[in-house]
Amino acid sequence: MEKLVLYIFYFVVFPGLIFTAVIGLLAAWVDRKVTARVQYRVGPPWYQNFADFFKLLGKETVMPEGAKGTGFLISPLIGLAGITLVSTIVWVINLNLAPSFVGDIIVVLYLLTLPSLAVILGASASRNPVAGVGASREMKLILGYELPFVLAMIVPILKSGGMLRFDSLLAYQISTRPFLYSISGVIAFIIVIICMQAKLTFVPFDIPEAETEIMAGAYIEYSGPALAIFKLTKAMMLFAVPVFIITVFWGGMHFNSLASAIHAILKYLIILVVVVLIKNTNPRLRIDQAIKLFWGRLTIWAIVAILFAMAGL
Amino acid sequence: MKTVIPIGPYHPLQEEPELFYLTLDGETVVDVDVRLGYNHRGIEKIAESKTWDQITFLIERICGICSTSHPIAYCNAVEDCAGIEIPERAKYIRSIIGELERIHSHLLWLGLAGHFLGYNTLFMWAWKWREPVLDLFEQTTGNRNHYAMIKIGGARRDIKNEDIPAIRKCVDSLVAPLEMITKAAIDDPVLHARLKGVGVLKKEDAIKYCVVGPTARASGVAIDVRKDEPHAAYDMVEWNVITQESGDVFAKAVVRLLEMFESIKIIQQCLDGLEKTKGAEFCVEVENIPPGDGIGRYEAPRGETYHYVRSDGTNCPVRHKIRAPTYVNLPSFKASCIGQTISDVAITLASIDPCYCCTERTAIIDSKNGKKEHLGEKELIRLSQEKTQKIRKKLGNQEGQSPFFLEK
Repeated sequence: MEKLVLYIFYFVVFPGLIFTAVIGLLAAWVDRKVTARVQYRVGPPWYQNFADFFKLLGKETVMPEGAKGTGFLISPLIGLAGITLVSTIVWVINLNLAPSFVGDIIVVLYLLTLPSLAVILGASASRNPVAGVGASREMKLILGYELPFVLAMIVPILKSGGMLRFDSLLAYQISTRPFLYSISGVIAFIIVIICMQAKLTFVPFDIPEAETEIMAGAYIEYSGPALAIFKLTKAMMLFAVPVFIITVFWGGMHFNSLASAIHAILKYLIILVVVVLIKNTNPRLRIDQAIKLFWGRLTIWAIVAILFAMAGL
Repeated sequence: MKTVIPIGPYHPLQEEPELFYLTLDGETVVDVDVRLGYNHRGIEKIAESKTWDQITFLIERICGICSTSHPIAYCNAVEDCAGIEIPERAKYIRSIIGELERIHSHLLWLGLAGHFLGYNTLFMWAWKWREPVLDLFEQTTGNRNHYAMIKIGGARRDIKNEDIPAIRKCVDSLVAPLEMITKAAIDDPVLHARLKGVGVLKKEDAIKYCVVGPTARASGVAIDVRKDEPHAAYDMVEWNVITQESGDVFAKAVVRLLEMFESIKIIQQCLDGLEKTKGAEFCVEVENIPPGDGIGRYEAPRGETYHYVRSDGTNCPVRHKIRAPTYVNLPSFKASCIGQTISDVAITLASIDPCYCCTERTAIIDSKNGKKEHLGEKELIRLSQEKTQKIRKKLGNQEGQSPFFLEK
C-alpha cells in the first residue's frame, strides 16, 4: 500500500507530471528566448509559458461539429500520460529512487510514440480536412524517424553486451565510460538528435503543423484546456526526450555533488541549445524529403554505427 | 479521393485576404481556383471624382508596399497625355525613390518567403535590414510609407543635397548584409531542396500567361519596363536586367536578390546626378491637362504597373484604368501549381510576391451553393433592386424614405 502511494507520488508530483511540466515549460522558455535572440528580438519573460498555459486553461474548448467527442478530448490526455510515464521512468532510474524499479528501454521507446499517436488520433477525430492532412503527415513522419531512431538505440545495447534495462545500461556507463565517447556512439548520438528534432516536431521537421501550409495542421480545431494539454505535452517532451537520450548515451544525470549537478544540467542545456539552433537555421523540409533523409542517409549511418559497435569501436 | 482545401480568405500564408481553392488528390494539387474581391475599394471610380493632383495621393494608397510605383505610372500617363517633359533632377528623384522602394519590397518578400518555408530566422533578419531603408524614407520624404514624392510635372519635394552623404552611407551599409544573405540563400542545401524545381513556370507558359516582373524574368523572359520604355532616369544610368532561366521558385528568389544590387547601383548613380544638378528645378508648373488620353507604365517591384487616363480638359479624368502586376501574374498558378504537393504550393503561391490590394476587381461569384455563377450588370442591378424592395417590405413599405433612416 505504501509503495503504491509512493509510486503515485512519483508519477504525479516528482519526478513525474508536475516536476516535468515545470521544467518543461522553463525549457520551452529557453527555446523561445534563444530563438528570439537569434532573430534580433527581445523574447518573452521566463514565466510566459506558464501564463500561456493557465490562460488557455480558462478558455472554452470548442468542439467542431461532427467531431468524435471522446477521441477528440481523450487524445491530449493520452499524449500527456505517455510523456509523463517516460519522464517518471527515466528520472526514477537516474536518481535511483526505487532500486527495485524495472525500467526497460523498449517500453520507453514505445511510450515515446504515444504523444505522436495522440496527435494523429485527435486530428482524425476533429473531422477537419486540414487536420487530416496534418495527421497523415505525422503518421508518415513517425514511420520515417522511428527506423533510424530504433537502429541507433541498438548501439548502446550492443556495446553493453545486450542489456535492455536502464539501470544496467547506466551502471555499465558509470563503471566504464559513456557510450557517447566512441565512434559508433557519436554517430548514433547525432542520428538520435536529428530524430529527436522530428519527435519534437521542430523545424526542419515541423511538417505536420506547418503554420503557413496547413495552419497548425493537427491542432487546428483545438482550443482551451485541450490545446493547453497538447502544448504542455510538447514542452514536457522538450525536457523528457533529451534526458532519455542523455541517460542512454551520455552517462545519465547525477546530483550527488555540486560538480556532478552542474555537469548534468550542462549536458541538458547543450542538447537544448543545439536543438534550438537547428530549429532556427533551417527551412522546413517537405514530407517526402524528410522520409528520404530518415530512410536513406540516416538509416545507412545507423547501420554503419551498429557495425562499428559490433567491431568494438 | 479528392478534397478541396481553401487557402484563405484569412490564412497565415496570406498577409491580405484572398481565397484559393486547392483541389487535392492526396497531397498533390490537381486544380487551383482563385477568388478575388475581398479588398475591393473602387479606386478607379473614386479617381474619377478627384482632381488630377489629388489622385496622386489616392493611388498611393492602392498598395502600402509599392506605394510610389502607382504615382510614377500615373504621372507618366498624365504627362504622356499633356506632353509634359519633366526636369532632369525630378527624373533622378523619381528613380531614387522607386529603387529604394524596390529594395524594401524585395526584402519584405524575402522575409515572407522565409516565413512560408518555416525559416523564421530569415524572416526576422530580412525585415531587420529593411528597417534602415524605411528610416531613409522617413529622413528624405518624411514618411516611412506613402512618401508623396511624385507630382505631375516632377517631384513634390526636393532631396536636399546635404542629405546625400547620409543616403549614400545607408545604401552602402546594405551591401554587406545583402551579400551575406544572398550567399546564404544561394548556397543553403536545404533551401535548394525546398525551392529548386518547385513551381516551375516554363518560358512558354510565362509568355502564354503574359506574366510580368521578376516572375517573368525568372523564367528567362527579359522584360523590364525600365529598359523597354525608359522613363525617369533609367536610361541615364548603367544597370542590367537580371534574368534566370529555370523558372522555379529558387530562380525567382535569385532574381529578386540580385535586383537589389542593381537597385543600389542605380541609386548611387542617381545620387551623382543629384549632386550635378544642385539647385536646379525639380518640378515644372502644369496649368491644365488638355483633352486626350495617355498611358503610363512603371516597373513596380512585382512587375509592370499600367495606368491609362483620359482627359476631357476638366480638372478630373473621365476614365482612369489601373492594372497592377499581381493581376497579371495570378493566372500563371494554373501552370505552376498543378502537380505540386501542398507544401510546395504554399511557397509557389507566394513566389509571385502577390499583392492583392492592387489586384482587386469587382468579382461576381455566387458562392452560396458552391456554383460558379457569373452575374452581369443587369442581374446585379436586379439583385440590388430586389433587396431594396425586400427591405422596404420589411419596414412596412414606406416609399420615398431611406431605409437606413427608418431603422432608427
